[in-house]
Amino acid sequence: MTTRGFTGRRPSPETTDRIPPGQSLTEDFPVLSAGPTPRVRTEDWSFTLKEGPKPLIKWNWDEFNKLPQTKFTRDIHCVTAWSKLDTAWQGVLIDDIFAEAGLEPPTEFMLAHSFDGYATNVPVRDLTGGKAMIATFYSGKPLEAEHGGPARLLVPHLYFWKSAKWINGLQFTTRDEPGFWELRGYHIYGDPWREQRYTGD
Amino acid sequence: MQDPALAKAEWQPATITEIVRRTPRVTSFFLQPSKPLAYRPGQHVDLRLSAPDGYQTQRSYSIASTPEQGEIIELAIERLDDGEVSSFFHDIAIIGDEIELRGPIGGHFIWTVEDGAPILLIGGGSGVAPLISMVRHRAAQQSLAPILLLYSARTAEELIFHDELLAFKQSGNGFDLALTLTREPNSQASEYTRRIDPPMIADMLERLPSPPKEVFVCGSNAFVTAAADALIAANIPAGIIRTERYGNASA
Repeated sequence: MTTRGFTGRRPSPETTDRIPPGQSLTEDFPVLSAGPTPRVRTEDWSFTLKEGPKPLIKWNWDEFNKLPQTKFTRDIHCVTAWSKLDTAWQGVLIDDIFAEAGLEPPTEFMLAHSFDGYATNVPVRDLTGGKAMIATFYSGKPLEAEHGGPARLLVPHLYFWKSAKWINGLQFTTRDEPGFWELRGYHIYGDPWREQRYTGD
Repeated sequence: MQDPALAKAEWQPATITEIVRRTPRVTSFFLQPSKPLAYRPGQHVDLRLSAPDGYQTQRSYSIASTPEQGEIIELAIERLDDGEVSSFFHDIAIIGDEIELRGPIGGHFIWTVEDGAPILLIGGGSGVAPLISMVRHRAAQQSLAPILLLYSARTAEELIFHDELLAFKQSGNGFDLALTLTREPNSQASEYTRRIDPPMIADMLERLPSPPKEVFVCGSNAFVTAAADALIAANIPAGIIRTERYGNASA
């Protein structure tokens, strides 16, 4: 269906193949957030890897920051239809977290948990192979609380709600368990290139 | 459990039936979906515009009407500087045009009378849209649930639904309204002339008969962050604060 009188604005030819269907470019930082911004102090911060209810390994802030660091520049796509190109991050790859814990993934699915009680599900294969990290720096600076600091999950190839802000742990689950937004109408997987915004897309 | 009301929302054409200027920058567009939406107060729809060459763009808009008003939904669209979609609506769209829409969307920022009260609503600018849906729903249900809306705008002429909100307040049945204007320091039209801060939140808490069961905050990202921080500073538990952030105006 064509909208009468709508011509629209096209992204520049250099960027057009980097923008998924239905998305528009923004210079700002897209936000989807269910509640207030938690202000987590680094001295109170910790990150726990769990299998079901069982904790496997836990790091405090200082310990976590001694893990191998990786830099990553990626395009990010928010389900609210905004995309931002070339965002620069630094943190610890999920591969390195698993290696440091000395484990092979025992299941195919994970839930990312946050300090505000938020959870989101991501398959293990989307977190490994250099695809995802726990980010602690954005654009060369410590990650601000607004953007999920001290640390957030970064899974840039999925819609950005999957990149859980204020993360405090990853949990292996036997099944693909829907998280907070996934129980509230958002897609279980969230691939922006297949426009998987909402349940059933 | 997955909410059955959140089943897949398909794109469908909707017809513009009425256009009403609300403020210098905000105009309400009334849309008749070809297939009625089963929505609840606070939810939004996505609109999609398509150019002749196939280029498409989409935006989310909160529904300002309440289901009791019928099948036609009201969207209050603010003209944004350089807004690709908002300038289409303000400059080109006319009654009778068909716009693609899908929804309702959002299973988090919802209030109905069954959910209980007291409720504190905090809106900034066009962020009042999902909140007036809740207020209209309360009135349509003839509910006496205590609801207080704290509404912040830059100037009095930018207050959307101003007369309607004043009328709801004057009906004296449990709906209360507090206005703050951030760019009209000498205004007589509002109680406050500053940005939302913890003392203002403390005043709101005193005006409710008991602590709020839930607080809904909607506006720009900067507004929501500031208001939510003020709520936390006023000792409102984070777990009862629900937020909805508009657009991409954020740091």
